[in-house]
Amino acid sequence: MTAALNPKFSFETFVVGAANRLAVTAGRAVAENPGTAYNPLFIYSGSGLGKTHLLMALGQGAKKLLPHLNIEYLTLDEYVEAFHAAVAAGQGDAFRRRFQNVDMLLVDDVQFLTNRKEMQAELLRLTEALQTAGHQIVLTSDRPPAEIADLDERLISRFSGGLVVDIGAPDYETRVAILRRKAEERRAKFQPGVLETVAAAEFQNVRELMGALNRLVAYQAVNDVPLNAEGAKQLLGLSATARAGGPAATAAPSGDEFGAFLHDVTVTVGKAVEAWRARVAEAVLRWEGEGYRTQRLEALLEQEAPAGVDDVIAGFARDAERLKALEAEVAALDPGAAGQSLFRDPDRLADAEAAAERVRAGAAPPPGPSGAFPLAAYAVGRSNEVAVSAARAVIEHPGKRYNPLVLTGKSGLGKTHLLNAIGLELAKAPGAIVACLSTQAFIDELIAAIDGNRMDWWHARYRQATALLLDDVHLMAGKDRTQEELFNLFNLFQDDERQLVFTAPQHPNKVTGLEPRITSRLEGGLVAELAEPDRAVRRTVLERLLAQQQIAPDAALLDYVADRPVDSVRALVGVVQRVIGAAAAQDQPVTAGLAREVLEGQPAEQGRRTGGFRTSGLVVSSLGGIRSREKMAWDWPDPVDRIVEELR
Amino acid sequence: MSLVNFTTREITCKIVYYGPGRSGKTTNLHYVYGRVPEARRGRMVSLATQTDRTLFFDFLPIDLGEISGFATRFQLYTVPGQVYYNATRRLVLQGADGVVFVADSQARQLDENLESLQNLQSNLLELGIDIRTLPFVLQYNKQDLPRELILQAADLDDALNFRGVPSFPGDALHGRGVFETLKAISELVLKRLSAGSTA
Repeated sequence: MTAALNPKFSFETFVVGAANRLAVTAGRAVAENPGTAYNPLFIYSGSGLGKTHLLMALGQGAKKLLPHLNIEYLTLDEYVEAFHAAVAAGQGDAFRRRFQNVDMLLVDDVQFLTNRKEMQAELLRLTEALQTAGHQIVLTSDRPPAEIADLDERLISRFSGGLVVDIGAPDYETRVAILRRKAEERRAKFQPGVLETVAAAEFQNVRELMGALNRLVAYQAVNDVPLNAEGAKQLLGLSATARAGGPAATAAPSGDEFGAFLHDVTVTVGKAVEAWRARVAEAVLRWEGEGYRTQRLEALLEQEAPAGVDDVIAGFARDAERLKALEAEVAALDPGAAGQSLFRDPDRLADAEAAAERVRAGAAPPPGPSGAFPLAAYAVGRSNEVAVSAARAVIEHPGKRYNPLVLTGKSGLGKTHLLNAIGLELAKAPGAIVACLSTQAFIDELIAAIDGNRMDWWHARYRQATALLLDDVHLMAGKDRTQEELFNLFNLFQDDERQLVFTAPQHPNKVTGLEPRITSRLEGGLVAELAEPDRAVRRTVLERLLAQQQIAPDAALLDYVADRPVDSVRALVGVVQRVIGAAAAQDQPVTAGLAREVLEGQPAEQGRRTGGFRTSGLVVSSLGGIRSREKMAWDWPDPVDRIVEELR
Repeated sequence: MSLVNFTTREITCKIVYYGPGRSGKTTNLHYVYGRVPEARRGRMVSLATQTDRTLFFDFLPIDLGEISGFATRFQLYTVPGQVYYNATRRLVLQGADGVVFVADSQARQLDENLESLQNLQSNLLELGIDIRTLPFVLQYNKQDLPRELILQAADLDDALNFRGVPSFPGDALHGRGVFETLKAISELVLKRLSAGSTA
């Protein structure tokens, strides 16, 4: 059913001239990179100019490079027939499956889609499926997609979505080249000038040209007398068309004057655009199509007569290929680092090499501390002064005083804040690379690295860090491989006097599931506990929260709230939010009295306001029963808390 | 105007039809317009100011599509032929890549032809263009008129074509010579591509 690719029709036997160079280049690009270069590739030309030859050459070229490729060549008529046969046999689905598994679909003569609505729908579906799967489609037609009568708009846009190239009629030089090659293939020898005479006759397509050659070959075979140029002219019925001097004789207007004009202009442009310019333009088209920046080539075009054009093009291609290889390598190591514009600019190859080297060395820096937790914003009091002074000591003498520093304490006391604050301060040192992340992220990265078979890269990534700060180290419990890796890193860091900081909810020796060698190492530095916030801490936090809401601090209020016992800073934040929210809902200033009312449930003395109010994102109506505290989302997490949750 | 832009891969040819009043310049454009497939041509524009009509000319853009990787466009202009529209003529001539001189073949119009030709030369000179380097062809229009009214192409060559540029007898009304003329000027213009020159 499917026509085989005719081995005679290969790229090697295709004579390239100005009129078809673009199409051939595009064809080669597609054969070399099916599915990526131009998809779909749409080739159109008048009859007999080499569409089918090029299509088959493309298929064979791809087959030669990638022998396993499943290539299907067929004309549209064959496709239609096959479809009808399949439908008649009740095998419509099998037919679809068969074509959806094709790696490269070559369809000849798609102009016959005119008036075939069901085939158009079928082809649209197939095109979509193939394109989605990244499979190559190449189509030929005798006219551009938009001029195929009655063609579905979606098909037009799909066909035009890749690259649409045309093959023009061959110019004189190409015609001579074609005749010479064909004559050689037939082992026919002609007197000098004969083939040139035939070529000069401006046959509209290659088939006619072949017909003329055939007649010459046949004549010469029968007559045994070598044909000369004049004889060839007579044989082919070509009269002398030399123009006399003076005003040219003009014939009556013929049918397609514009077509003839267009053809002439095409030939003239083809001749006039110097060959090197055409080559450069092609290279620009090709590499631009693949997404590379081509200023280097474009710069050539702005010169009058640049030297070594082909060397530059070849050099550019070499650089682009190198970039392609680098990008592929980088993508395998670190998908995040690939796709940089750096890998698309051959003029910055050195930068790209360096970037690739950095990725290879794991230089993509490990995750750093979050900027949301500056040290200056950390409220200090008796309850945490040990931890904070230890942190300051670590910041001043990283790796020398307390290594490791383990911060322990319940949730909501500011361990993560202090950890990130230390990280931020450490990162200020020149050349510092601070790895500061949650243990969960650390584990996830390790698993991804094991999965992607790039442990070397992972090792390099963390070994280059000057400090390692892990939040919630207890999450490592029961994860042997992570503990093993941490153990190695731990030793390396301690030997080099690089700082290690961890947080855990309890003293390390109370965390179950950690190997003794890890526990003992964690205990070996300083374990500093963060206690429930004392009054000073509470007051500082309170002042800061009120300042953030632009509420003037009232001494009575500060005293009242700061005196209330809370077990964590986070709980304190919740309390303040409740008070502020209530104040906004009742349109009252934030006072100690109000706070007491809200927190201890005493009735408010003020009258109620009516209407809707906006409080920290909640619209509250005082008309309904929503004033009931239980129904209010008072503990809406503040932005800092939300960021913490997203980080995890 | 840059004739060929290798960076954006565009070729733009501005061709101006010049000649005395009523010699058939607009008729040339109309004929071309009628032969160009609809998708390839822009609207033919005839510009006139509302007040004094000193600025008016015809403009026909033709899109030839992609040729050798270049988006190729032709822009055909006519100038107003009447003597007193010289400012407009000079304006239209600006940036022309080639000029077609449409002469009126009628014997009694010979002086008008000569006058217009001289006017072309002086206008080009003022724009700093050397007519010897500018692609230039002649068309002897109205050759369909009775023989006794017109001069033959050879005579017109003697009278007007002293630079020996390509010349074509024409009958723009019926299309004879129109595309030959356009083809000839296009080839001259496009051949300058090889020098990579800008016009």
